[in-house]
Amino acid sequence: MSGARILLVEDDANIRRFLGVALRDEGFEVFEADTCKRALIEASTRQPDAAIVDLGLPDGDGKQFIAELRSWSAMPVLVLSAREREEEKVAALDAGADDYLVKPFGVPELLARLRALLRRSAQADAASGSSAVRFGDIDVDLAAHEVRRRGEVVRLTPIEFRLLAALIRGHGRVLTHRQLLTEVWGPGHAERTHYLRVHMANLRHKLEDDPAQPKHLITELQVGYRLLGP
Amino acid sequence: MSATRPDPDRLLAEVKADQQRAARGKLKIFFGACPGVGKTYAMLLSLRRLHDEGGRVLVGVAETHGRNDTAQLLEGLPRLAPRRIEYRGRTLEEFDLDAALAAHPALVAVDELAHANIEGSRHSKRWQDVDELLEAGIDVCTTLNVQHLESLNDVVGRITGIRVHETVPDPVFDNADDVVVVDLPADELLKRLAEGKVYLPDAAALARENFFRKGNLIALRELSLRRAADRVDAQMRDYRRTRFIDTVWPARERLLVGLSGAPGDERLVRHAARLAQKLEADWIAVHVDVAHWRRGKQARRQVAKTLELAAGLGAETVTLPGEEAAEALVGCAREHNANRLLLGHRPRPAWRFWHVSTIDRVSHQHPDIDLVVIALGEPQVRPEQVERPERGIDWLAYLWASVACLAATLVATPLVRVFDLANVVMLFLLTVVLVALRFGRGAGAWAALLAVGCFDFFFVPPRGTLSVGDTQYLFTFALMLGVALIIGQLTARLRHEARVAAAREKRATALARLARELSGALTVEQIVEIALRDFAGFFQSRVGLALPDMANRLGIVPGGDCAVDVSIAQWVFDHDQQAGIGTATLAAAAARYLPLKAPMRVRGVMAMEFADPDLLHEPEAQRLLEACCSQLALALERVHFVEVAQSTLVQIEGERMRNTLLATVSHDLRTPLTTIMGAADAAASRLRGDAAEPLLQSIRQQAGSMLRLVENLLDMARLQTRGARLDRQWQSLEEIVGSALRELRGPLGEHPVHIELPPGLPLLEVDALLIERVLVNLLENAVKHTPPGTAIGISAHLHDDQVTVEVSDAGPGLPELAPGKLFEPFERGRKESAVAGIGLGLALARRIVEAHGGHIEARPRTPHGAVFSFTLPLGQPPEVEAA
Repeated sequence: MSGARILLVEDDANIRRFLGVALRDEGFEVFEADTCKRALIEASTRQPDAAIVDLGLPDGDGKQFIAELRSWSAMPVLVLSAREREEEKVAALDAGADDYLVKPFGVPELLARLRALLRRSAQADAASGSSAVRFGDIDVDLAAHEVRRRGEVVRLTPIEFRLLAALIRGHGRVLTHRQLLTEVWGPGHAERTHYLRVHMANLRHKLEDDPAQPKHLITELQVGYRLLGP
Repeated sequence: MSATRPDPDRLLAEVKADQQRAARGKLKIFFGACPGVGKTYAMLLSLRRLHDEGGRVLVGVAETHGRNDTAQLLEGLPRLAPRRIEYRGRTLEEFDLDAALAAHPALVAVDELAHANIEGSRHSKRWQDVDELLEAGIDVCTTLNVQHLESLNDVVGRITGIRVHETVPDPVFDNADDVVVVDLPADELLKRLAEGKVYLPDAAALARENFFRKGNLIALRELSLRRAADRVDAQMRDYRRTRFIDTVWPARERLLVGLSGAPGDERLVRHAARLAQKLEADWIAVHVDVAHWRRGKQARRQVAKTLELAAGLGAETVTLPGEEAAEALVGCAREHNANRLLLGHRPRPAWRFWHVSTIDRVSHQHPDIDLVVIALGEPQVRPEQVERPERGIDWLAYLWASVACLAATLVATPLVRVFDLANVVMLFLLTVVLVALRFGRGAGAWAALLAVGCFDFFFVPPRGTLSVGDTQYLFTFALMLGVALIIGQLTARLRHEARVAAAREKRATALARLARELSGALTVEQIVEIALRDFAGFFQSRVGLALPDMANRLGIVPGGDCAVDVSIAQWVFDHDQQAGIGTATLAAAAARYLPLKAPMRVRGVMAMEFADPDLLHEPEAQRLLEACCSQLALALERVHFVEVAQSTLVQIEGERMRNTLLATVSHDLRTPLTTIMGAADAAASRLRGDAAEPLLQSIRQQAGSMLRLVENLLDMARLQTRGARLDRQWQSLEEIVGSALRELRGPLGEHPVHIELPPGLPLLEVDALLIERVLVNLLENAVKHTPPGTAIGISAHLHDDQVTVEVSDAGPGLPELAPGKLFEPFERGRKESAVAGIGLGLALARRIVEAHGGHIEARPRTPHGAVFSFTLPLGQPPEVEAA
């Protein structure tokens, strides 16, 4: 994993500097860009393995960059955003970003997220097609529609299973409410977030030891959900 | 078909009345036939009973008249001290309305509803005091004798020969919630009277023999019982109407009563009121102002008083200008769809044999109108005979008439030699016509007399004497006099009409000017200036204006020249009723206070001191005044809404600026903090094990707490802006708790957390990020103030309409502070402690919870520790289809 090529898109020179230092210390090869245009050029010429994108860029927003990047690349994208910019963040995730961090963030947190994204993209390349998934003490057989917790079968309603399957497909990524609703209920239901809350609560109660402190089915308030865990 | 449908207007009126009734106090009347039947006793007895049951009762006024049994009842009951008023050198006691309102008991007893208050009281009648008490939601019980009922006043007067002047309008009686008839057979009453148990005021004592005759008492008793029965009957019908609305109800009758302005009208009005009540009809009292120009002030005031009486008895009142009473009345009846016309009949005096009465006219020309004729008995008197219009005699006109006649004589002298005498007469006739045209009837008649004299003296043989040789000249004289009178009459009428038209024109112009000026006014100051100037001019009066402030307290607007009594103005404003001179309320005031009523609400009060107080009895002037007042009110309302719109605009702009500022500040504070924290992190990982590492760690930590402070400050600022918008969605409390715990993973490290959320907790409509801030702040607070290793608990409980969330710890407990103080910004439990933070967290938490309609509090936990709990309202979460 070290030696991976990272594209760092950030307009603030100070942040770029310390991120560059931290990433290089971890053994990543870093390419820096401070504008949207520059970032697209770097992305197409340097063939990075992952991108860290600040949403507030001087010549356009990061969302636009992600949308264009997604048209030809599946590389993981980690978004950096300010706390107020809730909608922008969700829009970036909807456009195809994989994860987000709110400024200010800790460098160890950023590195952990980045590693997780890189690992997942490597796994996805290697193990696509397998229908058996395991996280924590949960085993899911996507083909057989079967879920086991510590070896015991857990009964899920069809909606709950579809929801779980959608989370597994996006394993590690933050899936926005819109993405999950569209995938599970269909495009007409994108606004009914309370559906999601009720069914996610059921899933947590069936699969988590402590539903209020979940280990796998993580809530990203106002944004969406993500499935975590090895 | 339509006849079977209930009358929607009536149903609506009932719903409205019900709503008003709910907020109003209840009125209970102890009703009797005459003094001495024991009304006060019965009233106090019922009050006593309520008092013993623990009711908050108050005796406002109770006349014991020195009777022991009644006085005994009063013992131990809370009594209101009477208000003492100096009146013409004597100190009189009066019911203290303001003290009763201030005491606000559940029930107040106010004896003698018909009592007239001493001059200088707020209201002229006690029943108005009672009305205000009811309006304030206070129940009232009171007493009333049948003779004091307005509509029966004259009937009782005719039975007993004594007219009382203190009356109560019938609607007060009819709308009372409860009427208790206090009845005593005539014989028993007479016995009590003989035993001296009945108190009589001195004046009435003189009439005792007349009044307390057995026949009278029986008649009064019957009258009161029948009136009470009528009321019960009306209630019964009301009940039926509300219960069986599908039964057939006839369309409501409408009654029109024509008032001529002559004495006797009052009887007609009372009669009409009784008839209307029996027929359950709406009624309209109409006065046709036929001979306005011939009428004196006294007569006009009389008309106004009669109309006021009619209004008090529940009529709609109309004054119509018109030349012919019959036509105007019938027109009005058709316009209001009234099917009955009530007219008074007076015997026609013999000298008016040629006069066709209004009754005859209506019955001949409009046979389709139901005519009800009431015999009034009193012979008709010409208004001119009652009172001469007080117009000074214009001596100048007579002088000119004399001069004209002299001139005609001089001109005629040479002509008589050429012309025949018949033509000379023509010259005199022309003179008379011209004088009558120019100077009116009186001068015309004078000119006719003079002309006849001159003609006779100088031209009719034998000349130089007033004797007449030929009788045919007598005919000439009569003709001349007749022509002068007719021309004079016509001229007078013509002039009057011109004057009326001119006055109307003037008023219309005045109103138009006021409207134009007001429409151009953009500020309250401009409106006030226009109002003060124009009103003073239109009505020859001194004008003052009072306008309400934000708290609806009136303040006098400077610039007026009329002394405004703020307390009266405030009363007028609050009650939306006129007061002051010429009204029933505070009639002793020098000025008339008029509410400026706009469609939405009363916008202010105008005080006017008229140079001629009788102006207010003129229907024309009254109409103009009303029109002007409503114009003014409309203008004030318009400006008010313009101001509201402007301030909203300013507010929106201000909010936009504030939001921009907040966004900028938060960005500019966060970016450097990001760099500081990130750079410290990056450097620390390089210098692992180095002596500098702890330094970098503390940079990192302090930057972190600074960041939290900034976040709290920004949240606080955002919530402090008025009407901060919450992003409320149906959220799961479990997810919010989970998210808060996840954010505090690091700091919470050494504290075990116990979570107890009830199963089946419904979704809550909250702003998830803000509620998360509340939990984060409460948890951080717990972490900060408790030793590592102690447990922290999070639990939720469901109540009827809210959910309570508790965060508890097992630390040292709460500091000794006034309750609620803990949640004040910048209040820290222990001064100068080493624990970071400036106590914004709890203040922010409170603000957020309160913005959600909840409540936050802290209490000590047993055996030790603290519990912070907040409530959130439960709503109706949307349905989720099971799948």
